[in-house]
Amino acid sequence: MRSSRLWRALPWNGLGAVPFLLFALLFLLLPTANIVAGAFVDSDGGFTLKNIFNLFTPEIMNAFWLSIRLSFTSALIGCILGFAIALAVVLGGLPGWIRGIVMTFSGVTSNFAGVPLAFAYVATLGRVGFVTLLLRDWFGVNIYALGFNMISFWGLVAAYVFFQIPLMVLIITPAIDGLKREWREAAEVLGATGGQYWRMVALPVLGPSLLGTLALLFANAFGAVATAIALTGSLLSIAPILLFNQIRGDVLQDPHLGYALAFAMIVITGISNGVYVVMRTRAERWIK
Amino acid sequence: MKRILSWATIGFAVVYFFLPLVGMLEFSLKMRRGEYSLDAYRSVMGDPQFQATFGYSVLMACLTIVFGVLVVVPTVFWVRLKLPRLRPFMEFITLLPLVIPPIVIVFGYIRLFNTSSWLPLTGSALGTDFLLMCGYAVLALPYMYRAVDTGLAAIDLATLTEAAQSLGAGWITVLARVILPNVLVAVLSGAFLTFAIVIGEYVFAALLDRPAFGPYLVWAGGNKAYEPAALAVMTFALTWACMMLIQLATKFSKHTRMPR
Repeated sequence: MRSSRLWRALPWNGLGAVPFLLFALLFLLLPTANIVAGAFVDSDGGFTLKNIFNLFTPEIMNAFWLSIRLSFTSALIGCILGFAIALAVVLGGLPGWIRGIVMTFSGVTSNFAGVPLAFAYVATLGRVGFVTLLLRDWFGVNIYALGFNMISFWGLVAAYVFFQIPLMVLIITPAIDGLKREWREAAEVLGATGGQYWRMVALPVLGPSLLGTLALLFANAFGAVATAIALTGSLLSIAPILLFNQIRGDVLQDPHLGYALAFAMIVITGISNGVYVVMRTRAERWIK
Repeated sequence: MKRILSWATIGFAVVYFFLPLVGMLEFSLKMRRGEYSLDAYRSVMGDPQFQATFGYSVLMACLTIVFGVLVVVPTVFWVRLKLPRLRPFMEFITLLPLVIPPIVIVFGYIRLFNTSSWLPLTGSALGTDFLLMCGYAVLALPYMYRAVDTGLAAIDLATLTEAAQSLGAGWITVLARVILPNVLVAVLSGAFLTFAIVIGEYVFAALLDRPAFGPYLVWAGGNKAYEPAALAVMTFALTWACMMLIQLATKFSKHTRMPR
């Protein structure tokens, strides 16, 4: 009697989730935990913070700083331009079919990242690229003589913005849809001008969404490797490329420094994703 | 005024997004001197390396989709039906692949499954292929989970399951013949998105050293002049096709639903 009750009290239903949990454990949680653990262990297996301190060399700090600036700049530009496009589509009084096209196109281009994007970029702004020749032959402007370089900070920003804008459009459009017409009417009844409505009602409501998406775009750019590698041939020293080279050939000559590098990347993308999640919960307060 | 500004914004977007696309298309046609031709495409298609790596990645994408569906659909079904308290936890787990950079995950694989570990998957080609498939399934997990979860939220799971069971169906029959057909559209959306993600993926394939399409793309980028542009056009067309198929599937589903 007792044993049968105990038998039934056991969480048998939990068994149904076991295959998935096993999969997540083996191929997501354990590998990550392994890297994190490796960051806090010395070559003899003892606990140490030395690896973390060793990150503070000029080479690694410069790589991280370049990555952070690159991700932030491309995220900010993507945010502003994507927001403008979403506003134009939702509230700009354009014909309805434009919205469908913009959303589909955003879905495609936000997934068109990585290596092919780099090729498109080279074919456009490379030394014999489409736009380069166009500017030279039609307007007599040689952008390379003016100091333009694809494998530079702004060169990479221009490439990254190509997948940041559509992502922004996809995420922020539903938020703009959430602005209720009643709010605008209420503001107008109370005598608010268009500017006042935006400054005091719409932007504060959209604020968390905008900030949250900025954080998400930042993390998105920070973890991206393929576009930069295809463009620069792993020469440019940004954090993910440094890690890529470390995994390939231990360029830092200290495996545990590699784990610390990976750990620092998780911390940065973790914080920005945390900001996104917190901001999204705040944004949802207004949508009921 | 507002409308002019909106048109100007859209105009800017069109120029910014179409120039690179037109650029790569134009560049891909310029292989023959002085005239447009499809020579670059012919050269790509005739390259045995291209055929092998592209075939490998297509196969990988299909295996990933099957594996992902087998892992995700029964779990989401079970959690929604019997373990609703587990949902926030599932949300969290399936969000992690977006938080942890892929390069870090694959770094973990190399360390955890190397030849001297307890599960030496990277010791053989087949083992590494399996590892790569699992890695791709992890990359696609956030999208697959959300697609299936939304799909299952739209149907009355408990009633459907009980109805099927009272007619004598076992769990596998319930899943395969009642649940899966009902969320087929959601599964298809997840599948096409998975395909788009896997087909050109570079970091996992390169660091696990498998002959996939992504590493071939990078190799071509460093060694050929016009072929990369042709490859980019083809990848773009493929991504576009995947997104179109998702829209088509969604549209199709609206017609099959019975009016209430």
